[in-house]
Amino acid sequence: MQISMAVNGDEVTREIEPRVLLVHFIRENLGLTGTHWGCDTSNCGTCVVLMDGQPVKSCTVLAAMADGHDIRTVEGLAVGGTLDPVQQGFMEEHGLQCGFCTPGMMLTARALLDRKPHPDDAEIRQAISGQICRCTGYATIVRSVQWAAAHPPGWDTETDAGTDDGGAAGTTAEEVTA
Amino acid sequence: MTTVQEHAPNPAAGDPGRPIGFGRLQRKEDPRFVRGKGNYLDDIVLPGMLHGAILRAPVAHARLVSIDTSEALAHPGVRAVITGKDLQALNLAWAPTLSADVQAVLVTDKVRFQGQEVAFVVAEDRYAARDALELIDVEYDMLPPVIDARHALDADAPVIRDDIEGRTDNRIFDWEIGDAAETEAVFAAADVVLTQEVVYPRVHPAPMETCGAVADFDPIDGRLTLYETTQAPHAHRTLYAIVAGIPEHKIRIVSPDIGGGFGNKVGIYPGYVLAVVGSIVTGKPVKWVEDRSENLMSTSFARDYIMQGEIAATKEGKILAVRTSVLADHGAFNATAQPTKTPAGFFSIFTGSYDLKAAYCKVTGVYTNKAPGGVAYACSFRVTEAVYLVERMVDILARKLEMDPAELRLKNFIKPEQFPYANKTGWVYDSGNYEPAMRLSMHMAGYEDLRREQREKRERGELMGIGVSFFTETVGAGPRKHFDIVGLGMADGAELRVHPTGKAVVRISVQSQGQGHETTFAQIVAEELGIPPESIDVVHGDTDQTPFGLGTYGSRSTPVSGGAVALVARKVRDKARFIAAAMLETRPEDLEWEKGRWFVKGDPSAGKTIAEIAFGAHGTVALPDGIDGNLDAEVTYDPPNLTFPFGAYICVVDVDAGTGHVKVRRFIAVDDCGTRINPMIIEGQVHGGLTDGVGMALMEIIAFDEDGNCLSGSFMDYLIPTAMEVPDWETGFTVTPSPHHPIGAKGIGESATVGSPPAIVNAIVDALAPYGVTHMDMPCTPARVWEAMQGRARPPV
Repeated sequence: MQISMAVNGDEVTREIEPRVLLVHFIRENLGLTGTHWGCDTSNCGTCVVLMDGQPVKSCTVLAAMADGHDIRTVEGLAVGGTLDPVQQGFMEEHGLQCGFCTPGMMLTARALLDRKPHPDDAEIRQAISGQICRCTGYATIVRSVQWAAAHPPGWDTETDAGTDDGGAAGTTAEEVTA
Repeated sequence: MTTVQEHAPNPAAGDPGRPIGFGRLQRKEDPRFVRGKGNYLDDIVLPGMLHGAILRAPVAHARLVSIDTSEALAHPGVRAVITGKDLQALNLAWAPTLSADVQAVLVTDKVRFQGQEVAFVVAEDRYAARDALELIDVEYDMLPPVIDARHALDADAPVIRDDIEGRTDNRIFDWEIGDAAETEAVFAAADVVLTQEVVYPRVHPAPMETCGAVADFDPIDGRLTLYETTQAPHAHRTLYAIVAGIPEHKIRIVSPDIGGGFGNKVGIYPGYVLAVVGSIVTGKPVKWVEDRSENLMSTSFARDYIMQGEIAATKEGKILAVRTSVLADHGAFNATAQPTKTPAGFFSIFTGSYDLKAAYCKVTGVYTNKAPGGVAYACSFRVTEAVYLVERMVDILARKLEMDPAELRLKNFIKPEQFPYANKTGWVYDSGNYEPAMRLSMHMAGYEDLRREQREKRERGELMGIGVSFFTETVGAGPRKHFDIVGLGMADGAELRVHPTGKAVVRISVQSQGQGHETTFAQIVAEELGIPPESIDVVHGDTDQTPFGLGTYGSRSTPVSGGAVALVARKVRDKARFIAAAMLETRPEDLEWEKGRWFVKGDPSAGKTIAEIAFGAHGTVALPDGIDGNLDAEVTYDPPNLTFPFGAYICVVDVDAGTGHVKVRRFIAVDDCGTRINPMIIEGQVHGGLTDGVGMALMEIIAFDEDGNCLSGSFMDYLIPTAMEVPDWETGFTVTPSPHHPIGAKGIGESATVGSPPAIVNAIVDALAPYGVTHMDMPCTPARVWEAMQGRARPPV
């Protein structure tokens, strides 16, 4: 069957087997390997992408179900070469180690911040509770998302301009989350 | 010398005051990961690549009667179906394990655990390969399985390993250490002797990325390129050379970005070998990636120790001796990845952090009809089991003596002046200063206030528990003379080249699975040479590009490879002195080093930076005799001893008396890993290990039914903590450098995984004290906690 969708803003049309999962379609048909898979049972959330702005586990979505929808993957987070604050936050606050769950975590964080620009820690934990990270113990992921919340897109050209090397880099996580 | 600080220094990235070497530094690997540009095993696509899938046994113990692959072979897209019989013809049906046993690559005679590899399909895409698995017809003749290790040595137990000639039972080994008679004498004279069976159930590392391989055999020049999820690429290369008969120089192992390892990716799995065979048979590259169920059911599990613990003490609370007898379940093949001479790994560190008069342990390893493995999941070669046992026994003693568990520990610590400390089982602890770490954790926790709160809550019938643990690890094997794996000494190499413009590349033999080696090892070179970390590339994970070494596991990267990198940088620095002297037309002994440059003693303005010296080395300067024209060096580091990191952990739990649900409210972790290279990465390592501890203490278990069916074969059944189950970690540290390590560093990767489970279980048992509970086995699920409260504690499945 033929399906069409927007992936990171690009219209794509492909001929597929009806049973192909969205995660395989993204990785193998489109070659966007930033989306990972980890469990096959919709438990780990490594495969999370945004479908019409909402996080979905792409191992539990058929590619055919995404026909006509808008898909955003980790490759679509940075805009025009500028990292999304969520991406920057994960680097600032050590929100990743092996990096395998990171794309899914960042996309969920982006969806959360779009909905609620200043979440509290509990809301961040709730938002990522369908995703597993085996490395970080989550605290630094929470700090990373809070870093992003404190630095919305364009922050570095606005109020924080002139501070040393990116403003919050010199502050502790506790200060950012307070 | 110990310094105590409550919070890690947090100098800003880019802060001009930041030290050029050690200190908080953003990771060099992160820019690719946050863009989705990591290169993991399943991201690798080679031209013409085929896909493999494994048919696995649905039963635990059965004779293989017949396999019919004809229908599968006829399935569209299928290129090959390989069975054990095919492998026998190639002499590849069995492969040696890392513990001097053999393991079936594909079943030839009988199935020995559920999930064992039976056949391998190679097809044009992964969907076709999976489809074909269902078309293979296998007939089994069922045998009674051995599932409970306690019955593995029964006289009428079926012999699992009848493939080994002359074998009449399921005993793998008996191993003992310590002085049995001396220990018995101390026990006989002691005021207080307590015993407790302590079970560390079978758990699984379950990294987010499962295991996989892409094999690419070139029949023209006989060269095998094997991309693998491996923590030990060099050791694998040597083993493949031995197993497959491919000359070692024709084998290239590439370990790309690894999505978590935790010990799961140390061994050689049948799937890797099958990908190689598939590539040889089809003449095409073959990818094999296991699914989550395969990962949980067939790859290296961890723990599975049944420990009979004994502790002897005076009535005043002086601990005199510990003793234990252990039944170790190794599954169907002895495939543990551990040093040859220590079949129970480093379990003999079960004497803990205490100054004892005697200690003795005996470990019996047995075969069962379960998946093989045994040393995995950040366990530091069984230090996890050892620390859990001693820290539970000390708590049981505290309860009996009605002493505070923190005070009891403080009373029995090895004293700072006793280091280096030779314990009763042959270890020499390199350095330690335990009391300040314990006191710091108590201060951070507000220990007295917590005890007061607990008393008030108990009066109201609320269940709050405070758990203490104190651990000492032994990590960083070698030394070579004591530790090897399949004869390969546990040393690591490093090569450093400084390019003419002063940029450098350091090549290391260990492999990151998320630990941030590309950053940490650049920082070590930066510290030693005074060139910034961003000017230093770290190359790892490719046997064609890196020197030989044993790899990353058992928290050995910093203790061993970190030592190698510091020493190779010093070698370069020493060489730079001769070249600088030539450039400055003076004598080497007239030069003095400051970070980044050699200068003339008494005339700091006359000096040469490393970059200038590098250019000089490659330039036209007349070099002294014996100094060749480069600024390169290489070393292999054989550590003189292991390192002994330690830590004090305090856990606060609230238990719901109605449901048995345990909430970890607070967790305070004070770690001492000696010199701290990158505090941000250290904190991350600790956080991850603490989360592992919550998982093991509360929810993780690989369970089986009596027929040997694995009950934990997916993430729906094998539960792992999410952000909802763990608190916001509270970490602190002390610094007691290792006296023998070149930069004083110790391992940190597994400290928290080792130290946290006893703190959590001790807290739960403390919470349940009003119910008379003195011990319960992990995982402390709501049902089991509730049963313990009813006086019906039961061992894990």
